[in-house]
Amino acid sequence: MRLNESIIISAPPKLVWGYLADPSNYLHFMSGVTRWEVAGEQRSGLGARYRMLIRVGSAEIGGLIEMVEWKEGLDMAWSSVTGVDQRGRWRLREIPDGRTKVEFRFAYGVAGSGIPGWIAELFAAPQLGRHLRRTLQQLKRQVEHEQLRAEAAARQRERAAAS
Amino acid sequence: MADERTISEQAKRNGGGAHNGLTGRLGSIRDIGRVGGGVAKATREFARAGRRLATAIAEAGQDAAAEATARAAREARDRLTADLDDRDPDHLREQLPLLWLIASFWFRGDVRNLGNIPEEGPVLMVGNHSGGNLTPDTFVFTLAFSTYFGVERPFHQLAHNLVMASPYARLLRSGGTVAASHANSRTALDSGAALLVYPGGDWEVHRPTWERNRVDFAGRKGFIRLALDADVPIVPVVSIGGQETALFLSRGAWLAQLLRLDRYMRLKVLPISLALPWGLNIGDFLGHFPLPAKLTVEVLEPIDVREQFGDEPDLDEVYEYVTRVMQETLDTLAAERRFPVIG
Repeated sequence: MRLNESIIISAPPKLVWGYLADPSNYLHFMSGVTRWEVAGEQRSGLGARYRMLIRVGSAEIGGLIEMVEWKEGLDMAWSSVTGVDQRGRWRLREIPDGRTKVEFRFAYGVAGSGIPGWIAELFAAPQLGRHLRRTLQQLKRQVEHEQLRAEAAARQRERAAAS
Repeated sequence: MADERTISEQAKRNGGGAHNGLTGRLGSIRDIGRVGGGVAKATREFARAGRRLATAIAEAGQDAAAEATARAAREARDRLTADLDDRDPDHLREQLPLLWLIASFWFRGDVRNLGNIPEEGPVLMVGNHSGGNLTPDTFVFTLAFSTYFGVERPFHQLAHNLVMASPYARLLRSGGTVAASHANSRTALDSGAALLVYPGGDWEVHRPTWERNRVDFAGRKGFIRLALDADVPIVPVVSIGGQETALFLSRGAWLAQLLRLDRYMRLKVLPISLALPWGLNIGDFLGHFPLPAKLTVEVLEPIDVREQFGDEPDLDEVYEYVTRVMQETLDTLAAERRFPVIG
């Protein structure tokens, strides 16, 4: 099952990317995520590993994931190493007026689980879809807030320099 | 219709006498006598063959019965011996969606504080047991544990010998269930696995529904000795809701005693309940269709027995402490519930 949601954020891709690349932010904006911990030495980038869990129904589902694609400012994708099969992707594209279109893709399933697996994927989809939408809204709020703070700080610096 | 001559000639060709006059008639009588003798001989032979066949069948039957008995004994021994390798993470992983569907949509399972379980290494999880032979709390907890820590982390559960001898034991073994015994528990813990035990066992799991909010280990302290022997922490796991999946009327301890089940099957109870689809359900041997009671499971903080109670702890004191903290949690969970089954 593959889910796909997108949102427009009033901030440049660089800022959005910077926020997404930092694993310590994930618990703040990822809806339903109860764990997002760095596993290993590498904090971010291609090959970085995380232990993540997301609450779906009566279980926290996830496992060890690894970043398998890392195109700075454009695409970041992960795939599961252990646990339920999953692939996730952040896709950032610049649009006019310094804004960014952020797409969040999430595919999941359990190979070999047959009809129950297919039914479970269907039943999990609405809840995960809600998580995806809320995640994007929270990401937008956080990044735009960051953007406003950065702009306010810049104005303050300009005023301080002028006086 | 053949005439007399034709018959006589046919008789001669067959070695008989002429079919005319006295000679022919006497010949026919001799023939009949000879045939009769042949029949008698054939009958004796047949009877002898029959006896031989019967003997062969009996021997074969005895062999088959002996073989079947030996096979059953072998299977029973295998089932009651912990072969930890029977746990199949891939199979368990493939079952997770089905478990998730049942746990999420039928029992509306809510498992809390799994983070209290040490991230790695052996650990003894001690639970209160509910829900009759179906033990829905075990399924909900197994799902939660397996998704939280991953199916790769070795996790075993202890079950009654009777459960392990049942036809669905193979499925349980692939999920990590082993027959309840001190030796099997040590094997599991020594291998570094997480182990879930229900000290109350059959006594607690079949308690009447009106005692559903009571932790009752029946004074069994084996789990404390196990934790000390294996030097592992105890993590209490408290669940509520399982005893609302049917109306459990009585443990039927008197019935079990009357039928000597304790002596022959290690069963102290023969539960009596009202359950779907049977109505009056005695024994619960075939399980029952559980009511969709909301199940809540809470994992408490680990207890390091030696650290908390000293190197030579008083088992009664430890038992008192563990059951008390579990009972307090169960009381809190019970206070959260507004209605039976609905939760």
